[in-house]
Amino acid sequence: MKKNLGIVGLFAVVFLFTALNSDNFINAYNLENLIRRSSLYGIIGIAVSFVIITGGIDLSIGSMIGLVGCVLPWLLVAKGWSLTASLMAVAGLCLTIGLCHGLLITKLRLQPFVVTLCGLLFYRGFGRWLTSDGTQGFGRNYDGLRQLAIGKIPLGHLPVLGKFSLPVPFLILMVLAVIAAVFLNRTIHGRYLLALGRNEKAALYSGINTPRLVIAAYVICALVSGFGGVLFALDSNSIQPASFGNFYELYAIAAAVLGGCSLRGGEGSIFGVMVGAAIMQLLYNSINLLGIPTTLEFAIIGGVIMAGVIADELAKRFAARRRAIQQARQAAAG
Amino acid sequence: MVLMNASANAPLLEVRDVTKRFPGVTALERVCLTLQKGEVLALIGENGAGKSTLMKILAGVQEPDSGELRLDGQPVRLDSVESALRCGVALIHQELNLSDNLDVGANIFLGREPLRFGLIDRQKIRDDSRALLEKVGLNVSPDTIVSELSIGQQQLVEIARALSVNARVLIMDEPTSSLSLHEAGKLFEVVKDLRRRGVSVIYISHRLGEVQELADRVTVMRDGRHVGDLGREEITHDRMVRMMVGRDIAQFYDRQTGQTGDVVLDVKDLVSPAHPRHRLSFSVRAGEIVGVAGLIGAGRTEMLRVLFGVDRALSGTVRVQGRPVVPGQPRAAIQAGLALVPEDRKQQGLVLEMTVRENVGLAGLRRFAHRFGFRNRQREAADTAAAIQRLRIKTPHEHQVVQYLSGGNQQKVVLGKWLAMQPRVLLLDEPTRGIDVGAKQEIYRLMEELAAQGMAILFVSSEMEEILGMSDRTLVMHEGRITGELRRDQLSEEAVMTLATGATGTSP
Repeated sequence: MKKNLGIVGLFAVVFLFTALNSDNFINAYNLENLIRRSSLYGIIGIAVSFVIITGGIDLSIGSMIGLVGCVLPWLLVAKGWSLTASLMAVAGLCLTIGLCHGLLITKLRLQPFVVTLCGLLFYRGFGRWLTSDGTQGFGRNYDGLRQLAIGKIPLGHLPVLGKFSLPVPFLILMVLAVIAAVFLNRTIHGRYLLALGRNEKAALYSGINTPRLVIAAYVICALVSGFGGVLFALDSNSIQPASFGNFYELYAIAAAVLGGCSLRGGEGSIFGVMVGAAIMQLLYNSINLLGIPTTLEFAIIGGVIMAGVIADELAKRFAARRRAIQQARQAAAG
Repeated sequence: MVLMNASANAPLLEVRDVTKRFPGVTALERVCLTLQKGEVLALIGENGAGKSTLMKILAGVQEPDSGELRLDGQPVRLDSVESALRCGVALIHQELNLSDNLDVGANIFLGREPLRFGLIDRQKIRDDSRALLEKVGLNVSPDTIVSELSIGQQQLVEIARALSVNARVLIMDEPTSSLSLHEAGKLFEVVKDLRRRGVSVIYISHRLGEVQELADRVTVMRDGRHVGDLGREEITHDRMVRMMVGRDIAQFYDRQTGQTGDVVLDVKDLVSPAHPRHRLSFSVRAGEIVGVAGLIGAGRTEMLRVLFGVDRALSGTVRVQGRPVVPGQPRAAIQAGLALVPEDRKQQGLVLEMTVRENVGLAGLRRFAHRFGFRNRQREAADTAAAIQRLRIKTPHEHQVVQYLSGGNQQKVVLGKWLAMQPRVLLLDEPTRGIDVGAKQEIYRLMEELAAQGMAILFVSSEMEEILGMSDRTLVMHEGRITGELRRDQLSEEAVMTLATGATGTSP
């Protein structure tokens, strides 16, 4: 928990700054939107953190979201498939993608960067070809399903905000986060992932089936990203196969890294990832509301993430130094 | 105080009252050391005595907080590695500092490449390297890529590199820890040759036998202080240990052979992929400690890896208590009751960034897990507490990251991990490498305890003293096959060396 103090603090600072400098920030509509978008990005952030913990990476998430985002409405609307069949097809697609990633990386020992980079190009191209680059949508018939992404649960009247409703994706994120956190911290499989991310050889020598676990991590990432993609699609309802989900992998990875996942592997905090995702959406929101030219958007977000990571590293050094002093004192006393 | 002129009588190197403090701990307290021209000075002391800090100061990596360094009687300031090299002081680390993707010549002249018209003069590098390699007795071409050399050969490349800077003082940190007996012998020749040429060597080693053979003088450190020196005639194993440890320790561990039971580990015609032409057969009984001796490259580690399933055997069977073990899967080996404490504890035995508790619990996670894969935290806590207590692991608490423990305590954590699994057969690969005398004794005592409780122990070691002291029986290997087996009454250094160099003795 101490690890995440930094980014929670950063979040608080940006939040307060925006609240004080813009009249349009603290209101139900804006905050609901912020929560909704943070949850959606939080979901894919959690997805990629599994892979990052094993020391790998998945650059194809954005294209998977693009693919899923246009295949689902295409199957439902253009091909007339049933909801169940379409969802199963999409799940099967993600499962296959995850398996391919995992097998190529473990059996053929290809680098995750290369494999998923090719995936990024391939899935995007495949989706475009399948739908002939036509914009996809759910039309009017799937408003029920769309509630998963755009729905809200009314919470009644809150002080300051007035009538406030909690976006459904937030609840979905919470459930996912709890499952993921429990998996990572309380089960043997989570412990295995952390161990193999740090030192694959030592994990192997301790009897852990490392290839199987790595494959599982990529499958989980693909499935959860696909799920996130479905939600993104339901939210937007206008999906262009050429560009839907573009760059989303970077947001996911940035959220994970801000949240404490070292790209070297073996480290990660689900809570941190969520806060990381929230910070990025908050920054977008702030830039918009504070009238900062949108041309600076990317620059500011990149700068803030860099600052966050640097601060985190410095904090770690400081803590290590303090620990060393403490230990030495103990050793001298003992 | 009379200022000394640079005279032929001045010691080559002098360390005067050097003190070095780190936050909260004094690593060196007014340490003094003198090194004469053309002498081999052994620097001994337990882990944590301050040897590496002192060496880092001499090599220019760090500067002392107070005190003085003198070269040829003149005070010098070694504020960087470059300035140390310029003064002729070169340090050869225990963990070699070579770029193994480059060739020998490139490594020797790394950072000091001779240039011709602004480009690297490769012919000159080749020629100069060849001369240096000859000086150290390494018979390889300068174009050989370093990763293709054995560790022993790599070490000689490092020495060649030190000679290329005309080092007058060579500091060698545990140089033989990764060398076979044969390569170590070659190294001694190189050291003696250097001495003849007037190069002085500071030799840091835990292997007191080597110290006895090589050293002209011995300097002993303990807890950051200089405890004393021993002149040539005074160098005895007993005296060295006593000064290092501050208390009397029995000459060396001498195992009392206990009762042995049934055969627990039975290996028949096992073929390792590293040596596909040979078949290995032997057995180990409950309560037995069997040592495996041999030169590096003999295939001992490879045999353990095949036994444990890290490498897949090409053929043959391994049985534990009569039941065959599925090959090629460490998980199957563990389930059958095998445990392997690997050669490289940092790379293979531990996850350094994890805590004592996480490492101790690592192998047993699946076996002790609750339903749905939930970790059994009580069991983990109990096993960790038991390990810390039984093995006397010195750690402030169980959540200490193992990276910060000393080598001996790290090794104990690895042992603790396996003891929590209650194995039938314990495989040890160089169990006391890089560990100080006190911790070594503890590990030997533990091995005896475990054997007395019925465990079968098979250990690979390159330390003759260890083999001679601990084995009930000794298997000797050479280039992938078992050349012979020695009972305790047949055991002697010559007998082992004869078999280790290829002569076939009595078959097992």
